[in-house]
Amino acid sequence: MGERLLTRNWGTPERHALKSYLAAGGYQSLKKARGMEPAAIVDEVKRSGLRGMGGAGFATGVKWGFVPRDNPRPRYLCVNADEGEPGTYKDRYLMERDPHMLLEGIAIACRAIGAQTAYIYIRGEFHAVADRLETAIAEARGGGYLGHNALGPGVDLDVWVHRGAGAYVCGEETALIESLEGKQGKPRLKPPFPAVVGAFAAPTIVNNVETLAQVPHILERGAAAWKALGVNGGSGTKLYGASGRVERPGLWELPMGTRLSEIVLEHAGGVRDGKRLKGVIPGGSSCPVLLPDEIDVPMTFDALMAKGSMLGTGCAAVLDEETCAVRLCLRLMRFYAHESCGQCTPCREGNHWLAKIVQRIESGRGEPGDVDLALEVAQNILGNTICPLGDACAMPARAFLQKYRAEFETHVRERRCPYGSYPIRPGGREITG
Amino acid sequence: MAPTLSPRLEQEIERLCERYPTRAAALLPTLQAAQRELGALDEAAIGMVAGALGVPAVRVQEVATWYTMFKLRPEGRHLVEICTNLSCHLCGGSELLDAVCRELGVRPGETTADGRFTVREVECLGSCGTAPVMQIDGAFVENLTLEKATAALQSAP
Ligand SMILES: Cc1cc2nc3c(=O)[nH]c(=O)nc-3n(C[C@H](O)[C@H](O)[C@H](O)COP(=O)(O)O)c2cc1C
Ligand code: SF4
Ligand code: FES
Repeated sequence: MGERLLTRNWGTPERHALKSYLAAGGYQSLKKARGMEPAAIVDEVKRSGLRGMGGAGFATGVKWGFVPRDNPRPRYLCVNADEGEPGTYKDRYLMERDPHMLLEGIAIACRAIGAQTAYIYIRGEFHAVADRLETAIAEARGGGYLGHNALGPGVDLDVWVHRGAGAYVCGEETALIESLEGKQGKPRLKPPFPAVVGAFAAPTIVNNVETLAQVPHILERGAAAWKALGVNGGSGTKLYGASGRVERPGLWELPMGTRLSEIVLEHAGGVRDGKRLKGVIPGGSSCPVLLPDEIDVPMTFDALMAKGSMLGTGCAAVLDEETCAVRLCLRLMRFYAHESCGQCTPCREGNHWLAKIVQRIESGRGEPGDVDLALEVAQNILGNTICPLGDACAMPARAFLQKYRAEFETHVRERRCPYGSYPIRPGGREITG
Repeated sequence: MAPTLSPRLEQEIERLCERYPTRAAALLPTLQAAQRELGALDEAAIGMVAGALGVPAVRVQEVATWYTMFKLRPEGRHLVEICTNLSCHLCGGSELLDAVCRELGVRPGETTADGRFTVREVECLGSCGTAPVMQIDGAFVENLTLEKATAALQSAP
């Protein structure tokens, strides 16, 4: 399986406790970072090729470099622990099982960007995980890894857990910032980018949990050695998941760039009950679905982009021959219609229209021409909104409509759904990593 | 006399405010704390929170109504949330929601006549590898089956 960094402590008892983390060599990278110039940390992360694991894949070191050095305001780090992308279940385990790895990454990132306050914006539904983070923060303060002089003589660091309250769009970085400021989570127009004008009008870096958890490992082994752990053009390691209709749903730390086919067919044991594969959504519901003959692709941002999809969060969802593409598409359209913040007409109206048209097709009341109508609605959303949530609805919609067009048309022609109801079928395993 | 916050809640709000450069930023955690203590965020609660943070009541109202986890009126004693999004959908989450609703005699979003349960269909809970999934009063029940769901409902006080 290759080397494990993010999940290396997952097999130890009391894996979440400070003493376990220290016993495994934890917080040594922070010690190293305290002796480094901030710019040197940024350079090291740039050289590692680490890219943001929240979905967009922006180069982390480059983003850190955007923080203006001459701005007298305080700077902030916002940790994106919103994990709301349907199909995604990785940050939760990182925080629950090894919270100190994230805290060490936060501390190093704060030293690199010159921040002395970090907020962990965690989705409201993660009650137990948020409590665990609070406990870990208290432990780390006690050990001097956070709090007074944490980042060097005279340089303190406060880390606060900020709980969300149920809104997918708050995972978008500027919506997250609005929400942190105590407002509705409505995305801001960019530019200015958060690195220049972010939380409380101050320079702010927003990073995903998994992104930050990799940072201690980059410092520990050095950028080049970390980068070399990746394959097929990827850098380092990554948490990959496969859920849905597979034999063994799970989450695995694998070399970045592992092939999607390997994840689905080998690690997850292939399609469950010997059924035929129908498609794979590679990294959360916003990523366009891939057909079975498209999954022999490295799970990197660039390779999936070239296939017309996205890496997203790297947690794949698998459809089998008994999955109704129309029904699944409808469920996702209902989600995006519900989660639109309503600021942009194409997203507010278009997502609802997509849900409505697909609903009508699914329930056997579709009209000839509905598939083209839906495609046209999707086309009018694409690229016409403030934040990417509109695209996140339109892109998968278009892929479903185009790739399973015949199935949509069968629903219209036969005035019914040809698929039966679904079996309740849990995978029944612990997530091991 | 206008209702007032309990001293405990007032202290908690002051502690929360220390975390942020503005008092307004403590709004979400304050509403969460108020909801924990008061059960639901009615007009009086909204007014008290606004007063404590020094922000206009309409702002508080606007925020409390926007996020799905804030309760504006009392609901059942137990909140049952069943995910029917992507991975749960593929593993029978929608069928589970239907079955639980049938068992309790409610539709999604409704509260049982005895006031014990409110059932909600929810979006992805970040637990898709152990789908289907529900939360009861915020605690995960993973790899959900109808038997597991029934057992969780029965053991709720
Ligand atoms: C609608 C929407 C939801 C998002 N949700 C999340 C999320 O839950 N977690 C996350 O880390 N990033 C999410 N993102 C991406 C963030 O906007 C941002 O790119 C990311 O947090 C940056 O961190 P990274 O560079 O470390 O990936 C979302 C983006 C959009 C448009
Ligand atoms: S694209 Fe949708 S969610 Fe994003 S800002 Fe516009 S309306 Fe809001
Ligand atoms: S889809 Fe149900 S928990 Fe993610």
